[in-house]
This record gives sequence, C-alpha cells and structure tokens, in this order.
Amino acid sequence: MSAQVSPIDEVKTTPWSGGSSPFKVEYGKMMMWFFLLSDAFTFSSLLIAYGALRFSSDAWPAPDLVFQSVPGMTDSGAPLVFVGLMTFILILSSVTMVLAVEAGHRMARKEVLWWMVATIIGGFTFLGCQALEWTHLHHEGFWWGSIPHMEELKHLFKEGPEASYTVYAQQFANLFFTITGFHGFHVFSGVVINIIITVNVLAGTYEKRGSYLMVEKVGLYWHFVDLVWVFVFTFFYLV
Amino acid sequence: MSSEHNEAHAAHGEHEGMTKKKIIQVFLILLGITVVEFIIALALVPKNIVPLHLANPIYIILTLLKAFYIVAFFMHLKFEKVGLMLSIIVPILFIIGLILVLTNESHYWVELLRPVKS
Repeated sequence: MSAQVSPIDEVKTTPWSGGSSPFKVEYGKMMMWFFLLSDAFTFSSLLIAYGALRFSSDAWPAPDLVFQSVPGMTDSGAPLVFVGLMTFILILSSVTMVLAVEAGHRMARKEVLWWMVATIIGGFTFLGCQALEWTHLHHEGFWWGSIPHMEELKHLFKEGPEASYTVYAQQFANLFFTITGFHGFHVFSGVVINIIITVNVLAGTYEKRGSYLMVEKVGLYWHFVDLVWVFVFTFFYLV
Repeated sequence: MSSEHNEAHAAHGEHEGMTKKKIIQVFLILLGITVVEFIIALALVPKNIVPLHLANPIYIILTLLKAFYIVAFFMHLKFEKVGLMLSIIVPILFIIGLILVLTNESHYWVELLRPVKS
C-alpha cells in the first residue's frame, strides 16, 4: 500500500503503451479525419468514372460553351464568370471558417460567433448560386436523362462527329447533375451542421466546456467540401 | 515535470501554426492560383499561346497545389503528428491506383467503340 508508482504503471506513460494518445488528437477529431478520407474515396470514384467516360469519348460538350451565362445579367458571352464567382465564395467561406477556429483557440466567443455566421452566409450564397446554375442548365434542356435538341447541341460542341453528340451530351448531363448534386448535398449538410454549432456557440456550450474543439471538427468538414469543389471545378469547368 | 511541460507546449503548438496573417497569406495564394487558372482558360488557350494538351496537365498540377494548401494549412494537417498525417495520406494511394486502372480501361473502351462508329 505504498504511494510509490509500481513499474507496470511507469511503462504506461510512453505513447505506444497507452500512456497518451500517439496522434495527440481528440477521438472525435480523428474520426472526422477518417470519415473525410472515406468521403474522399466516394468523390474520387465519381470523378474518376467521369474522367474515364470523358477520356473514352470522341466528343464532349465544351465547358466554355455550356457554362457562359451569368444569372440576372447575361445569357451568353461570359464563359466561366459565374462559376468563378462561386469558387471565390466557397474559398472565402473556408477562410472565415479558419478564422472562427483561430478565434476559438483564443476563447473569443463573440469572434467565433461572427465568423461562423459569415461562413453560414457564404454557404447559403454558394447553394443559391448552384441552384441558379442548375436552373439555367435545366431550362436549356439538360437534366438526368434529358438533353437539348440537336440544333442546340451543335452550339455546345467544338469538335467530334455529330453522330455521337447525343450520347456524350447525355453522359455529360447525368454526370454533371450527379456529381455537383452530391457536392451540393455536402454543402447543404455542412451549412446545417454549422448552424447547429453556431447555436451552441451562442448558448455558450463551448465556453462552459472550456474548448472550441467542435468548431475545429466542423471546420475540417467544411474545408473538405471546399477541397472537393476545387476538384469538381477543375474537371467540369476547366479541363 | 518535463512531460507536463511537453503537453502544455503541444496544446499551444496546435495553433501556433495558423495566425491571422498566415490565414490571409494562404487565402491569397489560393485566390492567385484560381486567377492563374482563369487566365489560362479564358485568355491563353483561346489565343493558342498555350495548347490544350498542355493546359490540362497545368490545371491538374495547380489543382493539386490548391488541395495541398487547403489540407496542410486550413485543415491543419501539416501541424499534426506524423502518424496521423501518414494514416490520412497513405490511403490516397488507392485513389491513384483507381485512376491508373480506369485510364487504362478507358483506352480499351475507345478500341471497343471504334468499329461501331465507322
């Protein structure tokens, strides 16, 4: 019954014998990382399938011909401007998210709150832009399983035999709506989670807990959504 | 004593990496890369200064660069323990494997479709 530490307890202080976490991150944060890894697999499967189909085709709708409208301003003649704006908004909301995390480290509740609100506004703006983009394409005749008439399709391709336009326009439409839809769904869930966290910040939950680690965890998710958009943007709009 | 000091240091070290200045810096880099991509897509390719077959690899390299900045700085992976870093980055090799397999496969699809078209 001595107060002396027994040798077996001393062993347990090294990282690999259970003494402390070898990764030095909290459980929830580590699991968020592994969830994001699995989500990265899902998104890359979709994007690689898109790449393979496009690579094996001999005609594909040219991005700067398909995406050249700015809703509320012009219907054509402004290639990639609108998507550029969307990309900017999403990167900006990612920045406000890091600023929220940074404020959380300083336990500055008010600052966390305002940066979170800014992030949510950014998220909603992005979703709104995406809705406009979808509506525009839908009006042109693109949807899952439907494409514009041949006369209109001719304006969307730059090269390749006309006989294969319908097949590849359809593949493009299905892949575009599926992949940006899946990404948009992620953005939407991100915004919902951000709102929940913001309500908790407002209620002072993390102030009482003594750490803003939850903000950091949703931050990881939010940056991941931004990360996926960077890839979607490149492979749908630029390449 | 020393382990206590280490833990305190680790808790601090976690946000030492990302100051406001650094955040703005990374943001400007991301913005800059995106602007360069637009310049290539809207000005250089149409004027044939950069041929299309060269533009695509450039886009992909720039995208990977952006991905690096987001993951390393915004998601903070650069400042995590090496073990966590590896357990996130190494599985990405599977994705590279899938890319290689499907690029190869799509070459075969081209062959497969050719007789039908002609």
